[in-house]
Amino acid sequence: MSGVPLSWYLTLATVLFAIGLYGTLSRKNAVGILMGIELMLNAVNINLIAFWRFITPHLLTGQIFAVFVITVAASEVAIGLALILAIYRQKKTIDIEEIDLLKG
Amino acid sequence: MPPFENLPTDLVLQGIFLLVAGLIVVAAVAVVTLRNIFHSALALILCFSAVAGLYILLEAPFVAAVQVLIYVGAISVLILFAVMLTERVMDPKMGARNEQWWLGLLLTAIAATGLGAIVGFAPWPLSKAPIINDQITALGKEFLTTYVLPFEVASLLLLMALLGAIIIAREKEGG
Amino acid sequence: MPGCKTYAILFPAMLQDYLLLAVLLVVATIFPIGGLITAFIIRPHRPGKIKGDTYECGLETIGETWVQFRVQYYIYALVFLIFDIETIFLLPWAVAYNQLGLFSLIEMFIFLALLLGGLVYAWRKGALEWI
Repeated sequence: MSGVPLSWYLTLATVLFAIGLYGTLSRKNAVGILMGIELMLNAVNINLIAFWRFITPHLLTGQIFAVFVITVAASEVAIGLALILAIYRQKKTIDIEEIDLLKG
Repeated sequence: MPPFENLPTDLVLQGIFLLVAGLIVVAAVAVVTLRNIFHSALALILCFSAVAGLYILLEAPFVAAVQVLIYVGAISVLILFAVMLTERVMDPKMGARNEQWWLGLLLTAIAATGLGAIVGFAPWPLSKAPIINDQITALGKEFLTTYVLPFEVASLLLLMALLGAIIIAREKEGG
Repeated sequence: MPGCKTYAILFPAMLQDYLLLAVLLVVATIFPIGGLITAFIIRPHRPGKIKGDTYECGLETIGETWVQFRVQYYIYALVFLIFDIETIFLLPWAVAYNQLGLFSLIEMFIFLALLLGGLVYAWRKGALEWI
C-alpha cells in the first residue's frame, strides 16, 4: 500500500475546494470566478483519483470519471470565457458588480 | 514483498506528498488573492502542474498526462488569452474582492467544516486489491464498451462547445 | 535491474520512472533562476528613464504595453483545446485497438466525424481566417 494515507489526499482536496469556493464567491473579475471554479473541479478530480487508488484500484471507474470531468471542465471554460468576451464587447467591463442588467 | 515496505519509503512518499500539497495550496491561495489577474492565471498554471504531480503519486499516469495536456497545455492558454483580450482586467484600480467577499468567506468556512467532518468521520472501505495493470489498454476497452455512450456524448458536448464558443465570441453576427 | 537496488530502498519502486523527470524539473527550475541571479549580481546598476522604456524594434513606443489582443487568438486556442481533448480519447483507443475489433472502429469514426463537422463549420463560417 502507498505510504500516504487516503485522509491526507482528502484533506488536501477539501482545502483546495474551499480555496476555490472562496475565489468563486469573492472575486470581482469574471475570469477570476472561472479560475475559482477550475480549482474546485481539480479538487474533485483529486478526490476521484484518490478514491480509485484506495477503494477500487482493480476497476477504472474513478479514472474514467476524472477524464470526463476534465472534458466537461474544458467545454465549460471555452463557453464561459466566450461569454465573458461577449459581455466585455457589449459593456467594456467584466467587473461582475457592474454587470447588473437583471437587477430589479 | 521486497524491501519497499520499510520506513524510509513511506517517509520519502509522504515528504513528496507534503511538498506537492504545499505547492498546490500556496499556488491556489495566490490564484484567489492576487490583485493582478494575469499573475493569478500564472499561479493557476503552477497549481495545475502540481496536481499532475499528485496524480503520478497516486499511480494514475494517464490522468496525469491528461492533466498536463488539457489543463496546463490548453485551458491555461485559453484563460491567458481571455485575460489579454479584456483590457480593463489589467486596471490596477480594479480590486481583487467584491463587496460581499466576507459572506463568501463565511460560506467557505461552513462548507470546509462540513467537508472536513465527512473526511474525518466517514469510514472508508479501503481495498487491498492490487492496481489494475496496463491502465491505458484497460481504459481504451472501458471507453469503447461500458462507457461508449458517455464517450460519444462527450464528442457531442465538445462539438457544441466549439460551435457555441465560436458563435458567441466572434466579432460580428453572420459576417 | 541490479543497478537500481542501491537507491530502491530510499526511493519507492513506483516512482523510479519519474526520478529522471524530477531531476530534469529541478534542473529546469534552477537554470533560468540561476541565470537571472547571476545577471543580477554581475550587471552594472545604472537606471535611466529611456533605458526603462518598452523595447519595440527600436521605434518609439505608442500607448500602453497591455493592449487588447484580437479575438482571433481566442478562437484558435479554442479549436486547439477541442482537438487536444480528442487526442486524449484517441490514445487509449489506439492502444487497445487490437483487442477491440470492428465495432470500436465505427464508434471512433462517429466520434471523429462529429468533431470534424465542428471544424468544417468553423472553417465555413470563416472563423479560422485571419482578418
